[in-house]
Amino acid sequence: MADYSSLDIRQRSASTETPPAIRSHMEVAKLIDVSKCIGCKACQAACEEWNDLREDIGVNVGVYDNPHDLTPKSWTLMRFAEYENEGTGNLEWLIRKDGCMHCTDPGCLKACPSPGAIVQYSNGIVDFIEEACIGCGYCVKGCPFNIPRISEKDHKAYKCTLCSDRVAVGQAPACAKACPTGAIMFGTKEAMIEQAHDRIEDLQSRGFDKAGLYDPAGVGGTHVMYVLHHADKPGLYSGLPTDPKISPLVAFWKGGAKVFGLATMGFAAVAGFFHYITAGPNEVEAAEEEEAIEMEDKARARDETEARPH
Amino acid sequence: MNVQVSRRGLLKGLGAGLAGGSMGALGFGALEPAMAASVRPYKLAQMRETRNTCPYCSVACGIILYSLGDRSKNARSAVMHVEGDPDHPVNRGTLCPKGSSLLDFVQSETRTKYPQYRAPGTSEFKRVSWDFALDRIARLMKDDRDKNFIAKNGDLTVNRWTSVGFLGASATTNETAWMTYKTVRSMGALVFDNQARV
Repeated sequence: MADYSSLDIRQRSASTETPPAIRSHMEVAKLIDVSKCIGCKACQAACEEWNDLREDIGVNVGVYDNPHDLTPKSWTLMRFAEYENEGTGNLEWLIRKDGCMHCTDPGCLKACPSPGAIVQYSNGIVDFIEEACIGCGYCVKGCPFNIPRISEKDHKAYKCTLCSDRVAVGQAPACAKACPTGAIMFGTKEAMIEQAHDRIEDLQSRGFDKAGLYDPAGVGGTHVMYVLHHADKPGLYSGLPTDPKISPLVAFWKGGAKVFGLATMGFAAVAGFFHYITAGPNEVEAAEEEEAIEMEDKARARDETEARPH
Repeated sequence: MNVQVSRRGLLKGLGAGLAGGSMGALGFGALEPAMAASVRPYKLAQMRETRNTCPYCSVACGIILYSLGDRSKNARSAVMHVEGDPDHPVNRGTLCPKGSSLLDFVQSETRTKYPQYRAPGTSEFKRVSWDFALDRIARLMKDDRDKNFIAKNGDLTVNRWTSVGFLGASATTNETAWMTYKTVRSMGALVFDNQARV
């Protein structure tokens, strides 16, 4: 497949075509250090600005989360959680930048039935190709992190692209560039893991002995990773899943059910074809025609008797 | 419109459709449109870069304005994107949420681009010339200073003017800040803030 896009493709949704695989690319990753985040939302502003999106003006529901949830126009969102640490007696404000995790084994791509609507580039970025999106919403069900959102305007799915357009020309994503505290870092996955370990060592030396890296193996690792002060309890950070996995329904639907359904359809078509060749179409014989006319006459006679007034 | 389809015709059509669909789904690729996925093209590739300073606070982060057109004679420039300047020592490319959304500040409908005047008793601002505005400001300042200037506190000379305040810009250089400071203080004004305070 000749493909002139600036990034090679590793996986395409609902497709049997094999993308070119001889070139090797370095994997990239974004590292979000939750312990450094001050919740200023520069990443949200930079994301909207770069991607030419403008969120509708919302209403205050009493929390700092603004907007209240990810939307087709807000691909990243600061989620604020308060945690009373019983060990230290401190109230901790855990602020997590939510958004697509760019899984190595993406549930959205697995679940997508439209060929090429979701692709994974060889640098690890998972991207939605809206032109091919049919708006079925399977990606929403397939995502273990509840990220994709379907637009009511054009009925297509949207989410963070990890600024694939910037990364393709060697720039960091808009959010990572803007972050004033350096809580969002960007680089090769290897460099980010190294960076994370430096930070974790530092956090552990300052009393956060459970500090660690969030790079969940259940989805093959991610290309957006977190440094958490409480890596043993990811749920504290506005419900980050402890062990995210693609729903078994996706495997059943796209594996067993799909194969069985296709086999049934194929068998019915083939059987129908052979039946047509060997037995031919149903022919009406003269005797059957006569019988039918007789039955019709009888029925009419009966109707007339019943309908006659007494 | 009524289309008459015989039962046989309908079944034939359905069968053909089903068979075709199954062929595609079973991997005979020709039926799948070969849609080449591509990354969104980099939107700044040929934009003009202009260095500037963020106008919000006195941290004065360096920014780059990306504008349409290459300044050739027939192309009108317009700011299309704003991003942090990685070579600026203050912010090294980063920006706060206000700096990150500067594009909407530049393009805002309510942005003040020229002097405006609302006469007493009216409800609308009217565009006026710089001469009109500066003359009027000078007149009012002079009148107020003549009325409220305090030269002495007892025997002590104080020369202060406390009934007027002055707010200077944040995105100024040392020289501009020095000039602003000298101008305001030379009139005896005490209520004053600008970048030189930081």
